[in-house]
Amino acid sequence: MKIRAQIAMVLNLDKCIGCHTCSVTCKNVWTNREGVEYAWFNNVETKPGIGYPKEWENQQKWNGGWHRKKNGKIEPKMGAKWRILANIFANPDLPEIDDYYEPFTFDYQHLHTAKESKAFPTARPRSAITGERMEKIEWGPNWEEILGGEFEKRSKDVNFEGVQKDIYGQFENTFMMYLPRLCEHCLNPACAAVCPSGAIYKREEDGIVLIDQDKCRGWRMCVSGCPYKKIYYNWSSGKSEKCIFCFPRIEAGQPTVCSETCVGRIRYLGVILYDADRIEAAASTPQEKDLYQAQLDVFLDPNDPAVIAQARADGIPDNWLEAANVSPIWKMAMEWKIAFPLHPEYRTLPMVWYVPPLSPIQSAAAAGKMGLDGDMPDVRSLRIPLQYLANLLTAGNEEPVALALERMLAMRSYMRAKTIDGRLDESIAARVGLTGSAIDEMYKVMAIANYEDRFVIPTSHREWSEDAQDLRGSCGFSFGNGCSGGSTETNLFGTKQTKRPTNPMEIA
Amino acid sequence: MSDTINAALFGWYPYFCLTIFLLGSLIRFDREQYTWKTGSSQLLRRRQLRWGSNLFHVGILVIFAGHFVGMLTPIWVFDALGVSHSFKQGLAITAGGIAGVACFIGIALLAHRRLFDPRIRNTSAPGDIAILLLLWLQLTLGLSTIFVSLGHMDGHEMVKFMNWAQGILTLQPAAAAYVADVNPIFKAHLLLGMTIFLVFPFTRLVHVWSAPVWYLGRPGYQVVRTRFAARRSPAPVPVRSSEPVRRPAAAPSHQPAE
Repeated sequence: MKIRAQIAMVLNLDKCIGCHTCSVTCKNVWTNREGVEYAWFNNVETKPGIGYPKEWENQQKWNGGWHRKKNGKIEPKMGAKWRILANIFANPDLPEIDDYYEPFTFDYQHLHTAKESKAFPTARPRSAITGERMEKIEWGPNWEEILGGEFEKRSKDVNFEGVQKDIYGQFENTFMMYLPRLCEHCLNPACAAVCPSGAIYKREEDGIVLIDQDKCRGWRMCVSGCPYKKIYYNWSSGKSEKCIFCFPRIEAGQPTVCSETCVGRIRYLGVILYDADRIEAAASTPQEKDLYQAQLDVFLDPNDPAVIAQARADGIPDNWLEAANVSPIWKMAMEWKIAFPLHPEYRTLPMVWYVPPLSPIQSAAAAGKMGLDGDMPDVRSLRIPLQYLANLLTAGNEEPVALALERMLAMRSYMRAKTIDGRLDESIAARVGLTGSAIDEMYKVMAIANYEDRFVIPTSHREWSEDAQDLRGSCGFSFGNGCSGGSTETNLFGTKQTKRPTNPMEIA
Repeated sequence: MSDTINAALFGWYPYFCLTIFLLGSLIRFDREQYTWKTGSSQLLRRRQLRWGSNLFHVGILVIFAGHFVGMLTPIWVFDALGVSHSFKQGLAITAGGIAGVACFIGIALLAHRRLFDPRIRNTSAPGDIAILLLLWLQLTLGLSTIFVSLGHMDGHEMVKFMNWAQGILTLQPAAAAYVADVNPIFKAHLLLGMTIFLVFPFTRLVHVWSAPVWYLGRPGYQVVRTRFAARRSPAPVPVRSSEPVRRPAAAPSHQPAE
């Protein structure tokens, strides 16, 4: 047993209102630079839909994630190492920028400078890459917003597999949900596996997956290797970039920007302990439907004395073990079993999990044909097909998702009985395998969702890895050498020339 | 051409170029890792890249290997192996010609793409365009030498270049005399070749140094960086092949005060 800790995330899709605040705050902090205008470390998609980039879930097309060979070993779906190197001159699995969208800005200056004319001046779009005028915007990170576009195109969504999808194109039967997406900070990251430079690594102490910007050479294999398409090639710097899980904030015990700013309070952050020695076996599980359970088995109980002893021996600090004890992630994923990994069939063991959304009861059911289970509706009569959610979250295994939805419905019933009728109905809780006190706790964490219940983030021990004496007077992150910022007038080695902020008080 | 100019261009210029090439690469690697990259533009435009890039790279790698082995293998090795100069000349013309034509088609596709595709053109640095055209010119010169070489298939001209290259690399500037009277096309090819070494550290060509062949030898797939390296002793040995434990790039400096 080799215990490591990770700060994991859970998103409660039942409460996501699709406001894109997470995306916008993330964008403003991390990707408002040249070369990554098209990149959204966090984006919110409306499902069903093909998403951003187009059809990212279709691994027949993009070859992301892992593939289990006949001998039981896994290798990247892109191929063995020699195959990856053989494709290094032109990667056949790389999306083109049009699969994301051509980034653009609007010609606002024209509004100021337009001469007098009969027609009202307009700010027309201009490509952020070429600077040329774009006649038509073709795609974007939320192009299918609230079921935008034809069902014909959206229905290419691979999560429809095994679902009679035609009826969901009819207005009466249509359904939708939001899916905010970011890097999954996987236990078995495919991006790191396919990086020929070895520039992508997982941090042992908090599980955050990062790209060493100095070591990245721009071989662009990670973009294809990641099945979630959450690695973006910066066309300006020639390096790949990805969600960094706001590690400077996490290290200081603060939630990520997307979590902090989420107005629906749907995001949770907490510690999960896992056994690094079990990762390979779990990712190689023969049946795709068993991958969800396999990943649960990798997680370790933070209350188990044996686990605590081994964790201490493996160098996990005590404040992390304390945080693991009250981790909202552990509660949702392991105790209540209401959170699930996104597409476990990619075999990456993702660490950003989702609570499936409840949905209104279908009209057919409401017309008297509704399946009722006691006073609770049958989760199979909800508007979002169970199979669809299962394809998204458990590789098609409906049972765990059904139980999660039932537990969430039970929470509502139980709390309604408690607060409206004034009775504690343990039978509601018992029917879904919970207790009244567990439901009270669920209600506190999921419905009330106070800040301190959502985010339980232990500070990291930077003092263990660096000596603060060495850092005196140093200048943090820059795109150049230390403090120079690469801003010399002439630079032989092609460092990016940055515009120096001019001090208005300075006399030229 | 006077002996002085010849000695300057083929006796001393090579050392100038090689010094800049090696020192420049070293300094850039040391100081400007963030700029050390392939500069791929495949994301912006896939068109023409599959053929262009593959033909170009495979072609130029074959040509490079041919030049390396052909020019720098001591003549006595060929003699000992019983490889005649005329056979070697023929092989060089055939293999080099095929690879050269492949590379030429590839570079033409890449150049067309870089110059005429607005996305690529507008995001190209001047150096990207310059080095591409420089390589194209060098390739054209190299291919034109084939017609000169067809005139002396016995390989005696080739021996001059071998002597020159080996002389230069064994620190004998006087080797410039070997190439004093060769065809001007050869001279232009040599000069431009040296110039490419000269500009190498200042262009995206530096990615050649980073050809990721080591990937094949990397144990397992995952890379995990530990912050607590200083606490672990001795160096962690990857027990299981899938989980090599890597030391951090910047080694953690100190053990915690305990």
